[in-house]
Amino acid sequence: MIRAKKIYKSFGDLKILDGIDFTFEKRKTNLIIGQSGAGKTVLLKILVGLLEPSSGEVWYDQINCMGLNKKERRQLSMSVGMLFQGSALFDSMSVEENIRFPLDMFTNFTDGEKRLRIDYCLNRVELKGVNKKYPSELSGGMQKRVGIARAIVLKPKYLFCDEPNSGLDPKTAIVIDDLIKDITIEEDMTTVINTHDMNSVMEIGDNILLLNKGKMEWTGHKDEILASQNQYLSDFIFASPFLKQLKERAFQGI
Amino acid sequence: MIRKMIFHFGRYMIWLRSILSKPEKFFMYYKETMRQMDDIGIGSLKIVLIISIFIGAVVAVQLSYQLGETLVPKWYVGYILRDMVIIDMAPTITCLVLAGKVGSNIAAEIGGMRQKEHIDAMEVMGVNTTSYLVLPKIIAGLFTTPLLVILAAGLGIGSGYLIAIIGGYFTAAEFLQGLTTYYDAYNVFIMIIKSLVYGYIFTSVSAYHGYFVKPGSIALGRAGTDAVVYSNILILVSDYIIATVMTG
Repeated sequence: MIRAKKIYKSFGDLKILDGIDFTFEKRKTNLIIGQSGAGKTVLLKILVGLLEPSSGEVWYDQINCMGLNKKERRQLSMSVGMLFQGSALFDSMSVEENIRFPLDMFTNFTDGEKRLRIDYCLNRVELKGVNKKYPSELSGGMQKRVGIARAIVLKPKYLFCDEPNSGLDPKTAIVIDDLIKDITIEEDMTTVINTHDMNSVMEIGDNILLLNKGKMEWTGHKDEILASQNQYLSDFIFASPFLKQLKERAFQGI
Repeated sequence: MIRKMIFHFGRYMIWLRSILSKPEKFFMYYKETMRQMDDIGIGSLKIVLIISIFIGAVVAVQLSYQLGETLVPKWYVGYILRDMVIIDMAPTITCLVLAGKVGSNIAAEIGGMRQKEHIDAMEVMGVNTTSYLVLPKIIAGLFTTPLLVILAAGLGIGSGYLIAIIGGYFTAAEFLQGLTTYYDAYNVFIMIIKSLVYGYIFTSVSAYHGYFVKPGSIALGRAGTDAVVYSNILILVSDYIIATVMTG
């Protein structure tokens, strides 16, 4: 479980986050959604420790991240995995070397143990025969899978995904969504996903936080979206005329 | 302007402190240092070879021209060439060129990693990126630059000798007499000190500019340019300081 307690963040006079207070639950796919500029990425970066909040606290289970020194912070980082928007794979390294990097850096595994773990992670994301390939030789969807494999290689307790579906076709996007959801349950993780992909919201939104200009606009489960009276939520989720029509038809029972 | 300089100096000093932390895994740092030594050392051999040959040749030809019609003995050419190359030409010119070649490369490599979120990815994993990405480059610079400068000095003196003999500016005996007269090992010590200081400057300053690059391709290009310009300025300033302190 990750808890954001009264998070405020400003850059100079520009207020980005305004009192975010939310619990990201374990074994659930927790989604942060909102328009561009709503503060999603800043909140995710604060949660993961890449940015400091102006005020407020972030708790990883019983640990208050704000009170940690650098060494303790790095220790905690080993239980965190992250999939970046552009995958952030090291392009001078092969797929295998990318996944191996955290193992080389933080474990005392033997070469055989490392190989086993790499093979397990690649199998888990359904990638085979790409060990020696370089990121530039892979499609966008394959790069995301490698990014997920690298993120889970150290068996993290917390997984963060920044726009995991950006740049992917709808079919591949669903595959990636399902993969993240399955891994979250299998590995008993707390997963936080930053997205503005409506398919993801309706497919895997176990626990959703909608941001509007840095404030919490709405929270809830994907099944509560249709019944919600929140106009901003409705306008955001059903932004296209096609989806609006679908919603109206659903209400009319057509 | 002054505020900006103070800001950069302050940020550079704070950033330097974070480099000196205990490595997560010594082997990974060792591996990265070896890779950087190959990049900086072996990768710069060709350019150092070319410039040092021409430095020696030009100094020999010009000294012969300037001293040719005077009463100064010809063996002085070998003596002046040796000390010029050892004290200043080899370390300074070589490192100015290395700042251009290696410095822009370091700034582009680290800057590209910053822009493509590679550095963020490492930070999230728990890697001390300032230490892992910068320390091996500085260590590699400190090891390889003196070796490159020694090579440049040797080649510079050798090429000066060859060009002058071939061109008939003086005899081999005259040159060798010059080379062995008034030799002071302290000058070689100055050369090593200079190469260590310059090696540190162009690796750390370039890494700093890459590490704090702003988003966008123009900013990345500017980081490369700034890395070279500031490295060169600092090399020349420290050249003056070292000269004043060690020979003044």
